[in-house]
Amino acid sequence: MKEETEIIDKDSLVANREVVIDIKELRKSFGDNHVLNGFNMTLHKGENLVIMGKSGSGKSVMIKCLIGLMSPDSGSVNVMGKDLIKLDRTALDELRTDVGFLFQGSALYDSMTVRENLEFPLRRHKDKFDGALNAEKRVIEALENVGLAHAVDLMPSELSGGMKRRVALARTLIMQPKIILYDEPTSGLDPITSKEIIELMLHIQEQYKTSSLIITHDVDCARVISDRMILLVDGINYAEGTFKELSKVTDPKVRAFFK
Amino acid sequence: MSPIFKDAGMTITVQIRNNIIDFLRQVGDLSYFAGRFFKEVFKPPFEFNELLRQCYNVGNRSTPLVGITGFIIGLVLTLQTRPTMQEFGAVSWMPHMVGISIVREVGPVVIALICAGRIASGMGAELGSMRVTEQIDAMEVSGTNPFKFLVVTRVVATTLMVPLLVVFGDMLALYGSSLVEYFKGDVSFQLYFNEVFNSLQYGDLIPATIKSFFFGFAIGLVGCYKGYYCKKGTVGVGKAANTAVVMASMLIFILDFIAVFISDIFYEL
Repeated sequence: MKEETEIIDKDSLVANREVVIDIKELRKSFGDNHVLNGFNMTLHKGENLVIMGKSGSGKSVMIKCLIGLMSPDSGSVNVMGKDLIKLDRTALDELRTDVGFLFQGSALYDSMTVRENLEFPLRRHKDKFDGALNAEKRVIEALENVGLAHAVDLMPSELSGGMKRRVALARTLIMQPKIILYDEPTSGLDPITSKEIIELMLHIQEQYKTSSLIITHDVDCARVISDRMILLVDGINYAEGTFKELSKVTDPKVRAFFK
Repeated sequence: MSPIFKDAGMTITVQIRNNIIDFLRQVGDLSYFAGRFFKEVFKPPFEFNELLRQCYNVGNRSTPLVGITGFIIGLVLTLQTRPTMQEFGAVSWMPHMVGISIVREVGPVVIALICAGRIASGMGAELGSMRVTEQIDAMEVSGTNPFKFLVVTRVVATTLMVPLLVVFGDMLALYGSSLVEYFKGDVSFQLYFNEVFNSLQYGDLIPATIKSFFFGFAIGLVGCYKGYYCKKGTVGVGKAANTAVVMASMLIFILDFIAVFISDIFYEL
């Protein structure tokens, strides 16, 4: 794409920053449905990268390949210097403690209270978090960060959609990840709650200096949060740049995202 | 032959072929799932707390249903059989007949079927909804092996608990039977149970106990398999719960047939 080359000035955007995620030529098909057709992406340390695409464009498939929930057909996925595809189960689990994932539907364990939801990953990685002795302290701290310390003994069924998303974010934070992957963080939420979640994401990024990869089709979310954006169309990175740059592009496929 | 009948014949043939392929695929997948269970079950870390929680869910919470069912089976079996035995002048054989039939066959199979309805469907629905709402994926990305945490614990729990439930159900069935004999035949409880235990041999108890373990394993495995690989959507969850019961029940009958066949070789039933 000719216009793409005009708007990309990667060096100016992310000069001299350490690469934490590097995806090259990622391909994934389901039968005849070719979802990813050679997708490329790099995420730099401390960066907020937004990937936008229509429903069914392969955003979720890409993010699942990135965390090892799906195996790509071909291509390479490098996370913090490790080739994800070549990692064994133990090494993958170890790497996953450094990568947080906020699911679209929050994915809280319904049979556990908020406290148990947050303690669950801690108990599994006692060695990394000095045992479960300070688990209580960590749970309260993580919930305070999302403004829900009072909900510690509630069940997920007693929480609203926005509260669930916050608890899910707290559960992600409790692992002290270096990278956070957000899958449609504002989908299904009202505009006010969406704004609160976006502010919370920015606050977390600032406080913990995390790198964030945000998958969304919410333009407002992308405008506020993104340092850089990639538009995923037909399984490839169709256009790349800052929100401001992309919003000026006249290509109809790019324009469609900003209408 | 009319073209309409010819088309219908073709459709039926294709449907039968597809059903056979689907059945074989499921057998293959279930075997792989069982293989993965055996690979994971002996590998640390062991989820003891979750195992205890599942044992409580499977065992303790099933006792009222199993108890009532067992009691009624014993009661009904004795009431229905008694007139025929009386006709042949063989009422004194009632404790023998009821005891052997309950311990050897009726108890394990009926209680396993009850458990398939309660436990396998519950597991299918629970794991299915966890799959659909991405809770299993969330577990995976938090660095926990969901197969070990969810599947291994549940399958071990059913394998251990179903035999206990069978023993519990058998006892209540015999108690139900003894009540009928007490009121209708004026047979004391002590005499009734003496007769029952005199008639039972190791050849009755051992195969029944062993097959109960297999029934428990099949119930847990099928319930978890259907839930773990549940298709997306609420329809998928419903289907997982439903097919878990159907498949577990079928497996119980198949295992029972194999168990009787093997018992016959060793104990000459």
